Amino acid sequence: MEYFLSEQQKTIKSLARRIAEEKILPVRAELDEREEFPWDIMKDFADSDMFRIFIPEQYEGLGGGCLDLCLVVEEISRVCSGVAVSYAASALGSFTIVAYGTEEQKRKYLPDIASGKRLAAFALTEPTAGSDASAIKTTAEKAAGGYVLNGTKQFITSGGEAEIYTVIVLTDKARGARGASAFLVEKDTPGFSFGKKEKKMGIRASSTRELIFRNCLVPEENMLGREGMGFIMTMKILDQSRPGIGAQAVGLAQGALEAAVDYARQRVQFGHPIIALPVVQNVLADMAIQVEAARALTYAVAKTIDSGAKQFTEESAMAKVFASDVAMKVTTDAVQILGGAGYMRDYPVEKMMRDAKITQIYEGTNQVLRGAIASELRKRKARRE
Amino acid sequence: MNIVVCLKQVPGTTQVKIDPQTNTLVRQGIKNIVNPFDTYALEEGARIKERYGGKVTAISMGPPQAEEVLREALSTGADQAILLSDSAFAGSDTLATSYTLARAINKIREYDLVICGRQTIDGDTAQVGPELAEMLEIPFVAYVSQIAEIDNGYMRVQRMVEDGHEVIETPLPAVITVVKEINVPRLPSLRGLAKAKSAVIPTWTAKELGVDKNMVGLSGSATRVIKIFFPQRVYRGEILQGSLENQAESLINKLREAKLI
Repeated sequence: MEYFLSEQQKTIKSLARRIAEEKILPVRAELDEREEFPWDIMKDFADSDMFRIFIPEQYEGLGGGCLDLCLVVEEISRVCSGVAVSYAASALGSFTIVAYGTEEQKRKYLPDIASGKRLAAFALTEPTAGSDASAIKTTAEKAAGGYVLNGTKQFITSGGEAEIYTVIVLTDKARGARGASAFLVEKDTPGFSFGKKEKKMGIRASSTRELIFRNCLVPEENMLGREGMGFIMTMKILDQSRPGIGAQAVGLAQGALEAAVDYARQRVQFGHPIIALPVVQNVLADMAIQVEAARALTYAVAKTIDSGAKQFTEESAMAKVFASDVAMKVTTDAVQILGGAGYMRDYPVEKMMRDAKITQIYEGTNQVLRGAIASELRKRKARRE
Repeated sequence: MNIVVCLKQVPGTTQVKIDPQTNTLVRQGIKNIVNPFDTYALEEGARIKERYGGKVTAISMGPPQAEEVLREALSTGADQAILLSDSAFAGSDTLATSYTLARAINKIREYDLVICGRQTIDGDTAQVGPELAEMLEIPFVAYVSQIAEIDNGYMRVQRMVEDGHEVIETPLPAVITVVKEINVPRLPSLRGLAKAKSAVIPTWTAKELGVDKNMVGLSGSATRVIKIFFPQRVYRGEILQGSLENQAESLINKLREAKLI
């Protein structure tokens, strides 16, 4: 399928694929088995300038757009979704700084993120606040020299590995939706520690930890954007990052599709490769259709965002919901095509199926996102120009 | 440290086709790659530059499409690249190739080290490295597996031999060939690719190199490929029969007859 990628985009995509096949493919099973954070691969990304893609040029980045990022995430995810999300999380962690940072904050943090010297992360979720983000309890109280943070964040991607965290906290509980603010908190700030590493079903190469704030003093100048804008900034940032999750899901589904087709072509039963059987062909065809549709939708949304659209909540939700549902279905079908072998950890598809589930859950569960889409539909008369 | 790295574009396949008239390689229509050993040479050059400062110049003798390997080199550590290309160079054997490369390196003038891959995967002779050193009249070390130190116009290296390695110290400038054990070549970076895309790669022709026409191309080749063929596998041998004791005695007799024991 022709997606009219620019020369630059083709270069980025092909380099990402090379890194994925040469550096990630040989170690993905081990990373999954040992739940190891892929520091060596992060270094390979850094050496190849991959982190520069999502940082503006004036801060030592390459000033790429949403589609550029999606192309990289898709290629990495095709080989290992855990590594892909570790890369993408640094992008998410940088979005708040790029969109809302002061000049000083940008100059202080973005070059290190661009060079891959330090990873970024985003922290919103708490034990009491998953889909209901407004139920967060972590507070930031004004004190001498800045703000004192108290509370716990849960399930934070790259928690413990990243060094630059954008943390959403309550600065004024009474103001409800306008009561939260965003702060930049660096690893090793006194009062900031990490909980145990979570044991996950999938994306096991990615590190997921609690962030624990106990009287953690954060300097005044580390507030991002204006006080009270925390939730609004969060919503906008997640709109921006959801196509990336769509791309993660598309890549994952693509990898599963390829594994299934390869297997079906060489597995002989009843005297023929099973790909000769109509029942198998139907499953594979549906898988292929869904992967392409998910890709087309994700790219279209990425291009919409890159064109400068101001509002894209609905579109970005659609890309994430559709692609993640496709990933879950396609990876499950891939295990089915591989049959007994597909169930064995020696083959790559069971990992892909385990990796897929989370894409339907994080960055907005698909249920919440469907609600958001329906909300947009209700607001207007659902008539398109 | 001014470093020159020699690279060659080779067919990316083991199915080489030979032109029946000249007995040389048919290069058209085959996917080309950089000779794998040369990527190790380039990587080592880049690492030396990063460690000691300096510049890496990549050169290649070949048809116009050899420019591709030079662009690739610019994205993975070379600072500049020069293509040596002229119809007069066609059909060169290793001697003519070394002569042409030496002319180019002399034209570059300022260099401390020339690095080549140990051999090409199409010619497999491993002759260009040492011949080049002879033409340049500088020392040569083959099969370098590690560069330990460069200091004060001298370089200490490890040369890989069959059962270990030797430590060799050589004055600079020198020519070395490297083995794949020496490093892991880097992948290109996006900025490197952008730089490579827009870079100008000059072509030096026979005239610009001031070559003697009798020393280049087919005319300059001291060797001529007469025939390239897969040798026939001839199965010789005898299966010894009988009990183990009989076989052992039979074997000892045969070894005695062959005067091996």
